[in-house]
Amino acid sequence: MDLRFTPEEIAFREEVRTFIKENLPADIHHRMKLGHSPRKEDTVRWQRILAAKGWAGLSWPKEHGGTGWSAIQKMIFLEENQAAPAPELSSFNITMIGPVLIQFGTEAQKKRFLPRALTIEDWWCQGFSEPGAGSDLASLKTAAKREGDQYIVNGQKIWTSTAHVADWCFLLVRTDANARKRQEGISFLLLDMKTPGITVRPIISIDGSHHLNEVFFDNVTVPVENLVHQENRGWDVAKFLLGNERTGIARLGKSRERMDASLDMARKVNQNGRPLVEDADFRRRVAQIQVDMKALEITQYRVLSKHDKAGGEGKPDPLSSVLKVKGTELLQATTELAIDVSGPMATPIWAQELEAMNQPDDLLEGSSAGVGSYLFLRASTIYGGTNEIQKNILTKAVLGL
Amino acid sequence: MDFEPSDDQRLLVESIGRMLADNYGFQQRKAFVTAPEGFSTAMWSRYAEQGLLGVPFAEEYGGYGGGPQEVMLVMQAFGKHLVLEPYLATVILGGGAVQTFGTDAQKKAILTAICEGSLKMAFAHGERQARYDVTDVMTTAKRDAAGWIIDGSKTVVQHGDVADKLVVSARTSGDRYDADGITVFLVDAKTQGVARRGYPTRDETRAADIALDGVRVTDADVLGEVGKGLVVVQRIIEAGIAATGAEAAGAMEAMNEMTLEYSKTRVQFGQAIGTFQVVQHRMVDMFMAAEQGKSMAMLATMTLDQTDPAKRAHDMALAKVGIGQSARYVSQSAVQMHGGIGMTEEYAVGHYFRRCMVIERLWGDPAYYLQKLADEVN
Repeated sequence: MDLRFTPEEIAFREEVRTFIKENLPADIHHRMKLGHSPRKEDTVRWQRILAAKGWAGLSWPKEHGGTGWSAIQKMIFLEENQAAPAPELSSFNITMIGPVLIQFGTEAQKKRFLPRALTIEDWWCQGFSEPGAGSDLASLKTAAKREGDQYIVNGQKIWTSTAHVADWCFLLVRTDANARKRQEGISFLLLDMKTPGITVRPIISIDGSHHLNEVFFDNVTVPVENLVHQENRGWDVAKFLLGNERTGIARLGKSRERMDASLDMARKVNQNGRPLVEDADFRRRVAQIQVDMKALEITQYRVLSKHDKAGGEGKPDPLSSVLKVKGTELLQATTELAIDVSGPMATPIWAQELEAMNQPDDLLEGSSAGVGSYLFLRASTIYGGTNEIQKNILTKAVLGL
Repeated sequence: MDFEPSDDQRLLVESIGRMLADNYGFQQRKAFVTAPEGFSTAMWSRYAEQGLLGVPFAEEYGGYGGGPQEVMLVMQAFGKHLVLEPYLATVILGGGAVQTFGTDAQKKAILTAICEGSLKMAFAHGERQARYDVTDVMTTAKRDAAGWIIDGSKTVVQHGDVADKLVVSARTSGDRYDADGITVFLVDAKTQGVARRGYPTRDETRAADIALDGVRVTDADVLGEVGKGLVVVQRIIEAGIAATGAEAAGAMEAMNEMTLEYSKTRVQFGQAIGTFQVVQHRMVDMFMAAEQGKSMAMLATMTLDQTDPAKRAHDMALAKVGIGQSARYVSQSAVQMHGGIGMTEEYAVGHYFRRCMVIERLWGDPAYYLQKLADEVN
């Protein structure tokens, strides 16, 4: 047991921090610092810079262009990348489809898709949820019927993030409606979003952004070579995908960055004639968040250290669900703090005014972007398995009930 | 970074676990409480035989040569069993201070005796008026030709009634609240002028009020430097926060196990209450709080090695708040999940509850440390 960072880990953090500082394009950095979500082209540009350095395949093995890093190293990278703040790696590409193909894909699938996923030549999206299948994912109904060497897909997905800009979609479909158990009739397909018969309809979320979509499939054909793993065994793949990559699920770097931004703004705005940062209630709130962040940070390192000690193998640690629940609570607490600091400036939608301003006004733009982040991250306790579902998972995995 | 115990540490945990499982059941413990000392002298001897009283001390004094991590593992096991013996007061607070600040002679005499099981200690710092303010020391020590004369009174000195040697803070210069001018003395409890009144505390351990009336000590009894005792006091408190944090982590683990077990056996509306989602989610919340609390106990332990005092104080404050809040949530929930039986003296959960309540307010509660952290925000 050694509860400190090793000199190598400290040096690694320094290396990562320096690289990000020297290579993150200034315009992207500026937008991120104000609290904007990264644009698609920002994510692509930054991920390609990281890929050129060999740092994009975070949890991929080296032979597929991955980093080969330990779990602790991955965490250090994520913390530094979020704290910078820089756009995060595309989770669909890097933490979802990449590891899935490495684990379950055919040689041809790996060869075709992995390099393009690494550099986002293909932007992937995730076709899992349906109107009737949210937390109860196994009740999904979108059907794929095998005809010769292709599947014919009919049905609907919903909450499909970035489907409107995606090149490819990994999709859960029902291939056997009469399976003994619902989970046994599901397959995992790779779908080219340019295939005829696909309709993408936007869903505007409460932050005003277009991130989510409904996707309709009307006799959409998928070649059989795009089936991953075996037919009717897609649930294994989905479970692997959902449980596989929990490093960084707490997104502590992001929470830290949001809190620092709030503090920064709290020094500039006044309350009762004094800077808000001097307000006793504000300070106690910050202190409480610091406590909760520290506790989660250590919990996270405990999970990672256990993972590394087990040689990077083994089943997903149920503590990962703790990281998800507590991490998203903190994301919400820190973005809530940010809008409370903004005060009345959190209310206007000032897109045009901000655009027309001659002098950049970070306070206004930061407030505007910060509230977007607050609104958007209400979703964090819903996506990736709601926090209530995480508690059900913990009930089974930890309590054994 | 590596949070997994080494093989030696695992062995240590297993041997303590076995000893406590055999000798420290809840019923056995009840008998220990009724002894005049409020704990088992037989168990104390057993700890000495097994080398537990020397866990953090160097081998030259008969110790085990361990560090903060080994202490953490011991205290976690003690927390699970609600151990009553004055281990914290003697080994961690008193012995720990001597190990860090003692002269060679002090270390040789005191640490050797602790390891043998022949010397108990207590940390006599808190005063009635002081609440948690560490510099609020009104007890005085005045110099004369022969040494020092201590006058004043100390309150809620954990295990102060059984200690052979007291670690006493006193003001040798300056005014109330001054950081400078505090000096720490090692005072034999039998010295003339020391009057102790022992009493039970809510967690079934014991504490004492100690009156010091013209108590004579010599320069050889000064621990650390004259006038620079605050650092000694702070180090003692930090070691105490780490140790009781680990103890609370053990207690939380025990309460969660107990609650889970109870939820499987308690039937209402025709089914075990553990089948109800509202109960399940509450127990998951308890589990999460316990894990976060355990992480904070680890933080406190690793912080003991931090050489920068400001950083050490900051991380200790974070840890103390986190541990206290977790333990309060888990212990209150454990009683709630047990329902009526959780309110009773005969059932274990309420005893854990009260130990957590006591731990929470040793050297400052979460509100106190949260305020310290808030003051640093800028």
